[in-house]
Amino acid sequence: MQDVLILRIVFGFLAAIIAVFSVMAVTSRRILRAATYLLFVLFATSGLYFFLNYSFLGAVQLLVYAGGIIILYVFSILLTNTDQESRAPIFSLRRWLAMLATFGGIALMIYLLLTNTWPEATMDTSAEVNMRVIGHTLMGSEKGQYVLPFEVMSVLLLACMVGGLLIARKRS
Amino acid sequence: MFDFSVVTAWIDNLLQGCMSQTAAIIIECVLIGLVLLGVYAVFALVLILAERKVCAAFQCRLGPNRVGIWGSIQTVADMVKILTKEIIAIRHTDKFLYNLAPFMVIVGSLLAFACIPFGRGLQILDFNVGIFFMIAASSIGIFGILLAGWSSNNKFSLIGAMRSGAQMISYELSIGLSMLTMVILSGTLQLSEIVEGQNELWFIFKGHIPAMIAFVVYLIAGTAETNRGPFDLPEAESELTAGYHTEYSGMHFGFYYVAEFVNMFIVAAIATTIFLGGWMPLHIPGLDGFNHAMDYIPSVIWFLGKSAVMVFVIMWFKWTFPRLRIDQLITLEWKYLLPINLLNLILMTIIVAAGWHF
Repeated sequence: MQDVLILRIVFGFLAAIIAVFSVMAVTSRRILRAATYLLFVLFATSGLYFFLNYSFLGAVQLLVYAGGIIILYVFSILLTNTDQESRAPIFSLRRWLAMLATFGGIALMIYLLLTNTWPEATMDTSAEVNMRVIGHTLMGSEKGQYVLPFEVMSVLLLACMVGGLLIARKRS
Repeated sequence: MFDFSVVTAWIDNLLQGCMSQTAAIIIECVLIGLVLLGVYAVFALVLILAERKVCAAFQCRLGPNRVGIWGSIQTVADMVKILTKEIIAIRHTDKFLYNLAPFMVIVGSLLAFACIPFGRGLQILDFNVGIFFMIAASSIGIFGILLAGWSSNNKFSLIGAMRSGAQMISYELSIGLSMLTMVILSGTLQLSEIVEGQNELWFIFKGHIPAMIAFVVYLIAGTAETNRGPFDLPEAESELTAGYHTEYSGMHFGFYYVAEFVNMFIVAAIATTIFLGGWMPLHIPGLDGFNHAMDYIPSVIWFLGKSAVMVFVIMWFKWTFPRLRIDQLITLEWKYLLPINLLNLILMTIIVAAGWHF
């Protein structure tokens, strides 16, 4: 329905934001700025989901990552850190190893991207995915439905919470 | 009842008739953005005036009464004044984050504002996860507040921001759960369908006991979420001067001020939408003549009227109750509201599963 050019411009815009702010998030020396740049990356990612008309995942991305995890990061930064720029020298051996890993990763990604054969799009992205379908898939117990992983995740989160409480209460 | 989608469809046809589809879409987006910003600003002005008048009434005063009839354009004059004020730059702060913070707050508030169904066919964003998106969008604002407190380089701001963050994260749970209770009753997350589902009877009557409990919990949590009294610890003026926005001046301060008032309206509007039928007129099953008569009142008036009542109730809270302490605030949420909410959720599920609602 819409013009292909507009879709390309929107996609390019979101992709550029993700790429630029990802790099800025890892190169920034101020930790709160890094968190802010990471937030922009997550915004743009949720923008991509909305772009694909998958508004459920987009809203989840906004709520869980932007509204939850980044807030948690900022909270822990506020509670622990003073905003001194980190001046710790990065050891040159470490730097070389990091560069090696980075370029290895880039090379591997480019190789995979170029050699992979992409399947034809199986989902029609012009309409929103019905919420009822998502709910049944997430909570159904039949084949191809995900209630077991969902519950296992909740047990994992519960274990994390109990562990956090245990660590926090140790002193008394 | 008048359907506003007739108007939007007419504009759409008009634009598509005289230019290409791409250009029409771009122009429509710009138009919608401008209208959204305009309506947002006007709402803020009206709400600030209303707050001052209500506050005056509760304190046996007259309130603003010099500019315009009955002080009616006082806030317009205030707006012009604040627009001309200097934005003071503060030394030893992170300028980028300091200037970014008010915009984060306003963006979160605007995104949530765009989801509100003002009348039949008068809604900008209508996702099928509408209400969920609204919660997600309003959670962006917390980040702005934390950022403001941190980057102000002021310990009062920081304490205010920390309080605000703890408070908003806690009370978001209650808001989400009480909304979820009503979503179980309505069976959909889409705001337009939630309103349509109240054609027979508003949800607060349809879901009787659990809906009433959810409504009360929602109002308490909603008031706390907007950092308003009696939950205004983040900006408790007797302790923290002004909390997280102490250091802000000019229009940057104005953004926080405007966002706070519109957030209050958003809370009232969601209460209206999911409990009191949104723009749906008061319909009582069996009384067809009465229902038909109610349909003659335009949907926008229904919506704004109900929201105004809710806004008044929230203001009433602020000027009646004393401020809570931070430990009382956190206790209220985690020891009382959250268990009540979870039990209420189970109660609603049982009632819906057994079909015991009206």
